[in-house]
Parts: sequence; structure tokens; C-alpha cells
Amino acid sequence: MFSSPEPAGFLPLDQLHALVARLMQLGYQCLGPAVENDAIVMRELDAPDGLPRGLQAEQAPGRYRLTTDPQHRYFAWANGPQAIKPQAFAPQESLWRVERDAAGMLQFEAVVPNAPAQAIIGVRACDLAALALQDAHFLREGRRDPHYAKRREQLFLVAVQCAEPGATCFCASTGDGPTPTAGYDLALAELPDGFVAVSGSAKGAAVLSALNLSAANAQQVDAVRQQGQAAAAAQTRSLPGRTLRDALMSRLEHPRWDEVASRCLACGNCTAVCPTCFCHAEIDGPALDGEASRHERIWDSCFGESHGHLHGFNVRPDIRSRYRQWLTHKLATWHDQFGRSGCVGCGRCIAWCPVGIDLTEEVAALTGSGVSHE
Amino acid sequence: MNTPKADPIKPRVAVHKFSSCDGCQLAFLNLGEDLLTLAGRVELVHFAEAGPLDPDTDVDVAFVEGSVSTAEDLERIQHIRQHSGLLIAIGACATSGGIQGLRNGVFGENWVTQIYSHPEAIASLERSTPISSHVKVDFELWGCPVSGPQMLAVVNSLLLGVTPRDNADKVCTECKRRGYPCIMVTRGIACMGPVTRAGCGALCPSLGRDCYGCYGPAENANTGALAVQFRSQGLSPEAVVQRFQSINSQAPVFLAAADRIRIKSHD
Ligand code: SF4
Ligand code: SF4
Ligand code: SF4
Ligand code: SF4
Ligand code: SF4
Repeated sequence: MFSSPEPAGFLPLDQLHALVARLMQLGYQCLGPAVENDAIVMRELDAPDGLPRGLQAEQAPGRYRLTTDPQHRYFAWANGPQAIKPQAFAPQESLWRVERDAAGMLQFEAVVPNAPAQAIIGVRACDLAALALQDAHFLREGRRDPHYAKRREQLFLVAVQCAEPGATCFCASTGDGPTPTAGYDLALAELPDGFVAVSGSAKGAAVLSALNLSAANAQQVDAVRQQGQAAAAAQTRSLPGRTLRDALMSRLEHPRWDEVASRCLACGNCTAVCPTCFCHAEIDGPALDGEASRHERIWDSCFGESHGHLHGFNVRPDIRSRYRQWLTHKLATWHDQFGRSGCVGCGRCIAWCPVGIDLTEEVAALTGSGVSHE
Repeated sequence: MNTPKADPIKPRVAVHKFSSCDGCQLAFLNLGEDLLTLAGRVELVHFAEAGPLDPDTDVDVAFVEGSVSTAEDLERIQHIRQHSGLLIAIGACATSGGIQGLRNGVFGENWVTQIYSHPEAIASLERSTPISSHVKVDFELWGCPVSGPQMLAVVNSLLLGVTPRDNADKVCTECKRRGYPCIMVTRGIACMGPVTRAGCGALCPSLGRDCYGCYGPAENANTGALAVQFRSQGLSPEAVVQRFQSINSQAPVFLAAADRIRIKSHD
């Protein structure tokens, strides 16, 4: 079902708290859905039974509205503005500090992040696919980022199958959802009376076995499969193919870039919510007494000015070149870097764009019908 | 690596006030302990709000708060420029003309007589203008008021002999780093963050309300696209004009945005 070799267990609805309690017992800070600024965000649960029910959100280009699930489910919402990204790739953190010692010599010291063990409950298939891409970037052989690595190894990921994709979701088209298939410690699929649960790691298997679940029966497993198929079929957006590299790179002078630039604010919201974007800037924060300084890494975006700044000139001075950089990196040159597209179909850049620019619509306009479907 | 200690000769610093509310000077004063640390590294020769008074002396760095709004301001800014090594304009008044710039273009005798019981006591120029309209400005710090930490960072950079970091990115970048869900998207509120310069740490969105542009225009501010969005969120043309015509009404990018909407809605 979740392509796990492990047999699936069944966690009755009224036993969900036992899973959270077990994770808390193991010392995990448990993050689950919560509402902030009228959006679903991941925040620390204060009690094992603290997971909210009935949360849902309607999504459209530039629009996200909280609603209530008539079936009162735990995970009937698709996604919120952030995936796992902030938990592994911190929006702002110190990399190292330097201090002047008594002899006037500069002493450099690495800053080791204080990463708590965190369990994230409610991770989606698209989020896991995105995390795999972030791993490919930050944990590359020989270029392992110690800050990312430290946070990453502390994560325990409880994925859930999406039964109700947002109108902005198109993971079926990118092949990354809506049913989690890899990258989780535990995966759950919500049915009316409980959860079909499988483990995807030794950590996950240990937690699952401690819960002493009965095996999920064939009907339950089948219901999950059907639920996944229905969720995929319910998606209305798509990309015209999974390899758009040549289609986009051969249209670098297409008039559509000018057209979208007239609507785009170059605000960088799309890159900030995109779970695969990894760009950052590094800045220094000298102490006021002039004796020490911290070197910080902060999220950056190709929509910002300094991102394209080279000595003496800017390679992307206007919004047209910045939007083009975003789209062609995500969907074209990402293939050269990581062997696949950088889009996992989560739809966040569509919902969270303040002016509702829809990447699937832009791609369709740019490529017309001349793209082979793969 | 061995680097020399900071120059023992302390740079002389002045903080001048023009037409303004004193809020930016207060941002300095509110730095508390940090201000004391800083005071140990510079010689604060003129800062009326804090005590020292010596407006005419030569300084290495002059911070200027306020806009040029009176005939006296016109002369004084020239004098200060001549006696200052570096001149740094701080706050919306000094960088764009400030809230008092709202009178630009509508200031007339009638208006003054209607409002003030002693119009003869009003000695304002017709227009309120930023410091850069009159003298060369070496660095501008936007905001109403400026942020204390940003001001410290500028002084610190100057003391270390490096060019201060000029961050003209949008407020949205700070909003996202802090993880605030966008209220344009969740509530349809007309937020100025996408055209406004960063620096405040997305203060208003942190409180669930809209940015109102007090840090002035960001680089590549697509005011036209934002105005279209505000209209589709239900704002009238007048309301959209008002979004651009508040604290930094005279910043050229915001002024042009408002003019374009006015012209369009009169078509
Ligand atoms: S490009 Fe958009 S839809 Fe694709 S992964 Fe990023 S945010 Fe999600
Ligand atoms: S260049 Fe742009 S699209 Fe590519 S990772 Fe960086 S922010 Fe994302
Ligand atoms: S993109 Fe797919 S996996 Fe992600 S939230 Fe939407 S339906 Fe779920
Ligand atoms: S596409 Fe939308 S979210 Fe991205 S920079 Fe442009 S306006 Fe902002
Ligand atoms: S709330 Fe305002 S500042 Fe924050 S991302 Fe949205 S538009 Fe930008």
C-alpha cells in the first residue's frame, strides 16, 4: 500500500493519542497542525490528544481559506504554507563565530546547531519528495552541510496519505503523491474508524511495534488504495510532462516571460514556500564592541536583488529575468543538477503567490501544446 | 590572522533633527545598553534629545532625522553637509519627505487659514522634501521610525570600515523567514509588503495585520501589479491610492503608483 515490505497495522481512531504519547515518551517534540494567521501551520503539540480534528482549507491561486471538514477527520487538509523545509534548512542560523582573543588574534569557532528531536505529524507525500531533494543538495557526498545534517537526523516523520488534495495540488502529475511511498518513518492513511499504519524505517518500526496494533485487514488496505486513487483523480492541475528541460530552455526569449513579469511582484513568496528551494545568503553580524562577529545564513531567493549580484553588475536586474530563473531552475536546469525536476507538485507557489500566479498555467502558456507527454 | 584593534581615535558623531516627530531619535535612545556600548566607541558631540549640544561643529558622521520643510531647514542642511564627513539620512521624513509630504501639491494659503487660528505663525515651505533633494546623502535608512538594530548595524559597519549592507528586498522576505503565513492570501488583506523595503522584520504581519509601507519602496517594486491585486480584493481606486499615499507618499515610486491609479480611474 505504501510500498512498504512491512505488514500494515490498524490504529483505531481513539488510539491516535497513543502514537503521539509514545513519541513524546521517546523525547520527541511533537509538531502537528495548528492555526496561525488563518493558515494551517506545524506547531508543537502540548498533549498527546492535542491533534485538532476537522481542519480543512480551500486553496486557489493567491487564496487560502480555512474551512471545516464535515467528516471531522484529522488530516482532511492538504497542506499549509510550509512543508518540512524550515525544520531542516533553518530560515536563519549562525554558521560560525569569530572572536578577537587577548593577543589580538582572531579565533574562529563553528556554531553547532542545537537541534531538538522533532516528530512531525501530518507530513505529505509531496513534502517527503521535496525533502529527498533537499537531502540531495545539503547532504551531497563530500559537501555535507553539518547544520542541515544535524537537524535532519533529529527528525521523525509521520506521513499521512492525502484524501482531499487542495485545488492547487498536482503531485499526481509530478509522480510525488498523493500517497506516501518513501522517506517516512511512519505513514498513516485515515479511514472513518482509524488509520492504516506502516513503518518505513527501523525507528518507525520500533514505534509501531510498541503500539501493539492488530493487522490491517484486506478491506482496509483496499480502501486506502482506492482513497489514494480517488485523490489523484481529483487533481485538476498538471504539468505537461516530467521532463520540461528542453521545452523551457528553447523558449528563453518567449514573450510570455514579459507578460508574467508584468504581474509578478518579485516578492519571493513562491521560493520561500517552495519545499525544494534551497538558496541562501550569508551575512555577518558584528558585535557592538567590535570584538566578535557571527556569520549567519539566511533564506534568500532568486527574486531578490542581491541574488543576481556579481562584482560590478547584476545578472538579473529585472523581474522578467528573475521569474525566468525561478521557473527554468525549478523545471529545467534542476534536471542537470539532481536528475529530476525540482517541482513536487505541492501547489504552494500557486496558493501563496499574493497575486495568484500559477506555475502550471505559465508552463502551459510557455510550451503551448508542443511538449511530448512522458 | 592578526588585525589591529579599532582606531583609538573615536569618530565624532552628531544626530540632527529637521522637520520630524523625533521618533527616529527615540529609536536611538531606546537602544538602552547597546547605546551605552556604542557611546564608548564614538564621541557623541551633538544629540539634542540625549543631551550633548554642539550643532555647528565638524563631525565624521552626521545622522539626519526629518525632512526639509522650512526656510531655515534649507540653510541648515547645507551647513551640516559642509561640516560632516558622512551624512546619513534616517527615517521616512529624511528619505522621502515623510507624512508631512502629504501637503505637497495641495498646500495653499486658504488651507492654512482654515486650519490654524494664527496662520501668520506658519513658516512652512510649500513642499516637504527629503534630505537627498538638497545635499549629497551617503547612506539612507528608511522606516517610520527606523529600526534600532538596523541603525546599530550601520554605525558598526562604519566603525569597522565597511560599507553598510543595503537591503532593498521586500518585507515579504522577512515575513517568510519568520514563518508568518501571508495574510494577503489567508484574509485578502491589502498588504504593502510586496513593494515595501525590508528592515522592520515584518512587524505588522507578525501581528496579523497588513504592512502599510512605512519603510518606503523596495527595489523593483511592481506597484502596478499590486494595485491590480488590491482592486480585485475589493479596494476602490481611492483606497488603493491611499495605500500608496501615506507615510512615504513622496517617494517617487509610490507617488507614480498613485498618479497612475488616479489617471486610470478618471479615464
Ligand atoms: S514549484 Fe511550486 S508546486 Fe512545485 S514544489 Fe515548488 S512550491 Fe510546490
Ligand atoms: S535559484 Fe530560485 S528557484 Fe532555484 S533554488 Fe534558488 S530560489 Fe529556488
Ligand atoms: S500535493 Fe499531493 S501530497 Fe502534497 S498536499 Fe497536495 S495532494 Fe497531498
Ligand atoms: S510569482 Fe508570485 S510569489 Fe513568486 S515572486 Fe512573483 S508575485 Fe511573488
Ligand atoms: S503578509 Fe504581507 S509581507 Fe507577509 S508575505 Fe504576505 S504580502 Fe508579504
